[in-house]
Amino acid sequence: MTTLVLGIGNILWGDEGFGVRAVEALHRGYVLPNDVTVMDGGTQGLYLVQFVTAADRLLVFDAIDYGLAPGTLKIVRDGEVPKFTGAKKMSLHQTGFQEVLSAADLLRRYPGKLALVGCQPLDLENWGGPLTAPVRDTIAPAVDAALAILSEWGVPATPRATAEDGGLLAHDIDFLAYERRAVG
Amino acid sequence: MTIQTPNGFTLDNSGKRVVVDPVTRIEGHLRVEVNLDKDNVIRNAVSTGTMWRGIEVILRGRDPRDAWAFTERICGVCTGTHALTSVRAVENALKIAIPENANIIRNLMQLTLQVHDHLVHFYHLHALDWVDVVSALKADPKATSALAQSISPWPLSSPGYFKDLQIRLTKFVESGQLGPFKNGYWGHPAYKLPPEANLMAVAHYLEALDFQKEIVKIHTVYGGKNPHPNWLVGGVPCAINIDGTGAVGAINIERLNLVSSIIDQSIAFVEQVYIPDLIAIAGFYKDWLYGGGLSSTSVMSYGDIPEYANDYSDKSLQLPRGVILNGNLKEIHPIDLEAPDQVQEFVTHSWYKYPDEARGLHPYDGVTEPNFKLGPATKGTKTDIEALDESAKYSFIKAPRWKGNAVEVGPLARYIIGYAQGKAEFKEPTDKLLAALGVPVTALFSTLGRTAARGLECQWAAQKLRYYQDKLVANIKAGDLATANTDKWLPSSWPKEAKGVGFTEAPRGALAHWIKIKDTKIDNYQCVVPTTWNGSPRDPQGNIGAFEAALMNTPMADPNQPLEIIRTLHSFDPCLACSTHVMSPDGQEMATVTVR
Repeated sequence: MTTLVLGIGNILWGDEGFGVRAVEALHRGYVLPNDVTVMDGGTQGLYLVQFVTAADRLLVFDAIDYGLAPGTLKIVRDGEVPKFTGAKKMSLHQTGFQEVLSAADLLRRYPGKLALVGCQPLDLENWGGPLTAPVRDTIAPAVDAALAILSEWGVPATPRATAEDGGLLAHDIDFLAYERRAVG
Repeated sequence: MTIQTPNGFTLDNSGKRVVVDPVTRIEGHLRVEVNLDKDNVIRNAVSTGTMWRGIEVILRGRDPRDAWAFTERICGVCTGTHALTSVRAVENALKIAIPENANIIRNLMQLTLQVHDHLVHFYHLHALDWVDVVSALKADPKATSALAQSISPWPLSSPGYFKDLQIRLTKFVESGQLGPFKNGYWGHPAYKLPPEANLMAVAHYLEALDFQKEIVKIHTVYGGKNPHPNWLVGGVPCAINIDGTGAVGAINIERLNLVSSIIDQSIAFVEQVYIPDLIAIAGFYKDWLYGGGLSSTSVMSYGDIPEYANDYSDKSLQLPRGVILNGNLKEIHPIDLEAPDQVQEFVTHSWYKYPDEARGLHPYDGVTEPNFKLGPATKGTKTDIEALDESAKYSFIKAPRWKGNAVEVGPLARYIIGYAQGKAEFKEPTDKLLAALGVPVTALFSTLGRTAARGLECQWAAQKLRYYQDKLVANIKAGDLATANTDKWLPSSWPKEAKGVGFTEAPRGALAHWIKIKDTKIDNYQCVVPTTWNGSPRDPQGNIGAFEAALMNTPMADPNQPLEIIRTLHSFDPCLACSTHVMSPDGQEMATVTVR
C-alpha cells in the first residue's frame, strides 16, 4: 500500500501557502515509512496526476475557503474531497486539484482512500506576505490531524530525533527563512 | 465611440458589452470584456488581470544564489524556466561562466519543459476548445479506427479500443462528475469536428495524460527531483559519475539510458499522435482563421537554447532572437535587454503609480507601487465591477513595450521570426503543414496558427532533446565531467555592486529577469513574463496588447457562450492564473458570462 502526503498551494501568496507549510512541518517533525511519499506539490496542478494515480491512499493539506472563521481546521474524507480542494485556483492552468482527481479517475487509478486536511484562510491576496497568525497557529493541529488519519490507515509516524538537514524546502524558502523579514 | 489605435485597430465600444469573467466568489485572474456590433462581431476588447506583483519585495536583501527557488514559485507550470532565467541573471551580473555540460543539461531541462508543456497545453488545456466531448459519444468506433489509421501508424487504433473508450466516456459524462468535461459549451456551433475526430482526440487526451509523466522523469534525473527540480548558479547541481551505481543523484550510465529511452518515446508520441491530430483537427477549422491579432505585424522572441555555453549571440541561440515590426518580415531588429530605451513597462492603464506615468521604466529601475482606482465610466463598484472603463487604469498587469511597440510573444512569434530568417528547421515544417492543409502562409496569423506553431515547436524540441542528449554523452565519453563552476560561489569574490539580466524562451514566450546586487544581497529584482507582454493593457499611445488585438473582429455565434473568446485566449497558453473557468460556491467549475 502506497501513501502520498501532499501539500499544495503557493507559498508566495499569504495563506495560500498553508498546504505546503503543513506538509513541511510534518516532514520536519516525523519520519514516515518508505512506502509513504511526502511531497511539496506547490501549484503544479495537473502535473501532480501521476503521483496521485500511483498512490493507494492520498492525504492532502490545502487552504480551503469554507466561509468559516480564519484558521478553522476542517477534515474532509473520501467522496467529499473533490468538492473542496483549492481555495484559489493558484495552479495557474485552471486545473485545480479537483481536476487532478477527476483526471486520476478518468485514468481509472483513483486512490482508494482520500483525506483532506483543510484550513480556512484569512488572506489569500497578500503577495509576498507571511501566513496570517490564525493560519500559522493551525499548522500544528493540522499535523496532528494528519497523524491521526495516517495512524487510522496503519501508517506509523516516528518523531524525528533531530531536525533533518535541508528539510523538504531549501534555498531560503523553508518556512523560517522565508518568513524572516529581509534586512537591508 | 470609435478609436483608431496607433497599432492599426479600430475600436468601437458603442455596442453591447459582454463580460467573460472567471471571478465569482474569488477575485483575481483574467477577465475579458468585449463590445459586439449588431452582427455579434467583436469591435472592442479589454483584457484585465491580476498578476503576481512586486517580487522585489520578497527578494530584496536575500542571497542572489537562492533567487531561483523563489522565482520558481511564481508560476505553477513555468517553474524550471523561471529558475533558469534567474540563475542566468545572477551569472550575467557576476560574470560567471558555466561549463559546457551544464549548458547542455540546462538545454535538456528547458527542452523537456517545452515538450511537456506544449503537449499538456494542447491536449489538456486547449483541445476541448476545438473538440466536442459530447459529440464523441455519438462516434462510430469502426469509422474512428479507420480515421486514426489513415493519419498515423500509432498502434492504439483498433475499433475495440475506441469502443471501450467510448463506453468509459459515456459512463463518466453520465455520472455528472466534476471534471474536465463538465463545463464545456458542448454542441456549440463553433465546434466543427465530426464525432469520429472528436472521439479520436479524446482518446489521445487520455493517452497524453498518461504519457506526460514519462517526460518529466528527465527533470528528475537532471534536476534531482520533480516537482521543483534543483538549480545552481554556476552550473547544474548534478555530478557525473558514469560508472557509479549507487551514488545518489549522480548521473550514471543507467540514468543516461533512461533519459535516452524517454526521448525516443517522446519523439514517437509527438510525431505519431500530436502532429497527426493537429493536422486532422486543423483541417476542419481552416475556415476559422480569426485571432491573429498582433502576430501579422509585431512579434518578439529573445531566443534560447544556446548551442555554446555562455554564448547568447544570435548565432549560438537555437530558438530565434529578434523583433519584427509593422509586418516587415525582411527586417529583424536586434534586442538589447539592458538598453534603457528598449524594454520598458508603462502603467497609464495599470493599477500602479509611477512618478511620471507618460514614461515607461526599464526593469532595472522598475517600481511596483499599487494604485487601484477606477475610471469615471466604470459601471459597478470597486468590489463588484460590472464593466471596466478602459480609458483609465484597468488592469494589474503592466504594459511592457519594445521601443514603444506592443508585441506578441510565444511559439507563433518564434516561428514567424525563424521563418522570416529563412531558417530551414522552422520554415520547412511550417511550409509542410501549410501545404498539408492547403492554406497560404498568411493563415499562420491566427488562433489556429498559434496552436499549430506550438505543435511544430513541440516536435522541434523533442528532436533537439535527442541532439543534446547525444552531445552530452559524447562529451562525457571524451572525459569532460565538469558540471559546475564554483570559482565565484563565495560572495567574498563578488564586486560591491553588480547588475545583470537573464532571459529564456518560456513555452509561452519571452521571459527575462533583471537583478541588481549590492553588498552581496539582492537590491532589486524584476521579472517581465510572457503573459505580461501578451496580456498587457493599453499603453500611453493607446496601443492595445496581444490578447486584446487577437479578439478583435471575431464573430461570436452566441454571446452567452463565448467559446470563440476562450479558444483564442487559450491559444496563448496564458500563465497568469488565467482561468476562464472558475469555481462556483458548490465547487462546480464554470465561467460567468454577462451580457450587457
